[in-house]
Amino acid sequence: MTPVIEVEGLWTMFGDHVVHRDLTLGVAPGEVISLVGGSGSGKTTLLRQMMGLEHPARGTVKIFGISLYGASAETLRKIRKRWGVLFQQGALYSALSVHDNIALPLRELRAFDENFIRDMVMLKLDMVDIERRHAGKMPADLSGGMVKRIALARALVLEPELLFLDEPTAGLDPDRSESFVKLIQELHGKLGFTVVMVTHDLDTLVSLSDKIAVLAEQRVIFYGPLEQVVKVDHPFARNFFLGERGLRALSAAREPLVLPVV
Amino acid sequence: MAMSEAQQRPVRDPEIGAATAPDGTRIVRLSGAWDIRALESRARTLAQALQKCARETGMRWDLSEVQRLDHIGALLIWRAWSQRRPATIMLNPEHEIFFSNIDGTGARWTGPGPIDLLASLRFLGVKSAALLFHVVEAIQLLGQMLLDTAEMLRHPSRGPWREISAGIYRIGTQALGITATVGFLIGVVLSYLSAEQLRTFGAGVLIVNILGIGIIRELGPVICAVLVAGRSGSAITAQLGVMRVTEELDALAVMGIPYTVRLVLPKVIALAIALPLLILWTSGIALFGGALSASFELGIGVHQFMIGLPAAVPTVNLWLGIGKGVVFGILIALVACHFGLRIKPNTESLGIGTTDSVVTSITVVIIADAVFAVLFNNVGIAIL
Repeated sequence: MTPVIEVEGLWTMFGDHVVHRDLTLGVAPGEVISLVGGSGSGKTTLLRQMMGLEHPARGTVKIFGISLYGASAETLRKIRKRWGVLFQQGALYSALSVHDNIALPLRELRAFDENFIRDMVMLKLDMVDIERRHAGKMPADLSGGMVKRIALARALVLEPELLFLDEPTAGLDPDRSESFVKLIQELHGKLGFTVVMVTHDLDTLVSLSDKIAVLAEQRVIFYGPLEQVVKVDHPFARNFFLGERGLRALSAAREPLVLPVV
Repeated sequence: MAMSEAQQRPVRDPEIGAATAPDGTRIVRLSGAWDIRALESRARTLAQALQKCARETGMRWDLSEVQRLDHIGALLIWRAWSQRRPATIMLNPEHEIFFSNIDGTGARWTGPGPIDLLASLRFLGVKSAALLFHVVEAIQLLGQMLLDTAEMLRHPSRGPWREISAGIYRIGTQALGITATVGFLIGVVLSYLSAEQLRTFGAGVLIVNILGIGIIRELGPVICAVLVAGRSGSAITAQLGVMRVTEELDALAVMGIPYTVRLVLPKVIALAIALPLLILWTSGIALFGGALSASFELGIGVHQFMIGLPAAVPTVNLWLGIGKGVVFGILIALVACHFGLRIKPNTESLGIGTTDSVVTSITVVIIADAVFAVLFNNVGIAIL
């Protein structure tokens, strides 16, 4: 099967500072992968490069087998319709109501009438567990958890094959964050899209990811399932996964892992 | 899941066909891909065709040949079914999920309420009330600022001197270029147009009176104030608005630092100092431009023009111009701060607030200028 994302020989530089050196990463369809790494390791930059918001100094990023750099505007437009993005703060358009936020991508297609769009918006609101009476509200009147859910509904409205999540649970209280993770898990189970996410939250990481890519020393030092990432002998990985918080999250996982003796 | 199917056989376009069931009744048979990628270009025609089928053939549907389905496709079909599942339906098990998601959405959104017959009356009331609130709040702000000023005069060491100095630099020094350019051009144009008329009557020498009174008393202050309202008024509103959005105003409040002292007062004082100085500068440049133009048009030398100026324009006009500058500066700063503090934490409000601020401050400046004209109608105008 063609990988959904292929990153090859990617170099990122800010002035003289090298962030990524010859980085390579591939994501297969249906997988949920998490990018983790210390601050400044370039997780968010890598995610933005996959979305085509930033360009690397060298290297290619292919989405659905098509290179993002050098593709025609028409091709890029088509690719962009096949992915959904959930930004850290939700990035709901503050000038538009909840309904109009979710309807915007559909309206842009100019293929469906308003009644259809309204039904679709209501369906997506149901899918993310937001009551319909909130449809007329403005983003400024919503709580952080609701903003995230509505942003997720907007990201899902064009039935994406690929979903980018930037810190999906940042800024949510533990309860909300857990139910949001459950929601993503459920939707992924039903709809089978590929997920690429950046997260600091170990609980989110443990309960969602099939595979974890650890970014350190300007490259991916490890890429594989959770059971193996805990055995990686690297100061960042040891500290991140086998520190006090890491152990707590791992022991609470669906299938508690047998941990190596540190 | 859609992927694995796609690999088995090529994906076909969505199609609507008919078949006959074993018991002889007709069945609608859908095949091909019914997902957003395939429907994007044909949704309208397919929706019509589906509705026609639903009307004519009844409620027996075969969806087992559908290769791909998603919520968009399922909703399109479900709407043709008049929003309930038909009695007889053949469906791939993996497509069941889309219809079961939609089934729950049976109750539709009620849509907008009844039309409000009194809408226009209500609009007028709301607007009038809003105007009243604006005035009340602006007066409150002015009062608070006066109290703050009194407090500052009692403890001069705690005054926001650094902010005032920064404000004068930003509002005054950085505006020297633009005000000079505009002033010079206004002077040249005014002088050129007046010279044409004056020459007809042989009264060329009166150009000094016209430009002197016109620019020093009226045009210099107003043009300068309009420029500053557009340039610094909008900046002040946007700055305060962004500080509201990013909760910086609340951060100041919880530290016990009143924002009227730290943010509003320095801007009011800075504008009250910078604007009169800018007006002097603009009027000077405009007069120079006018004199230059007059020397070309009427042969009155620049030197001669400057010598004639004190005789033609009583000094009180200069003070009037400066006084206007102080008043306009305070008004612009108050209006800008008032609108800035009212901005709500969203982008649209920021845009509206900034526009309102500039429009209101220019209007207020013109109104104040008219009041000045009435109050000082017999001051400083030499009767020949």
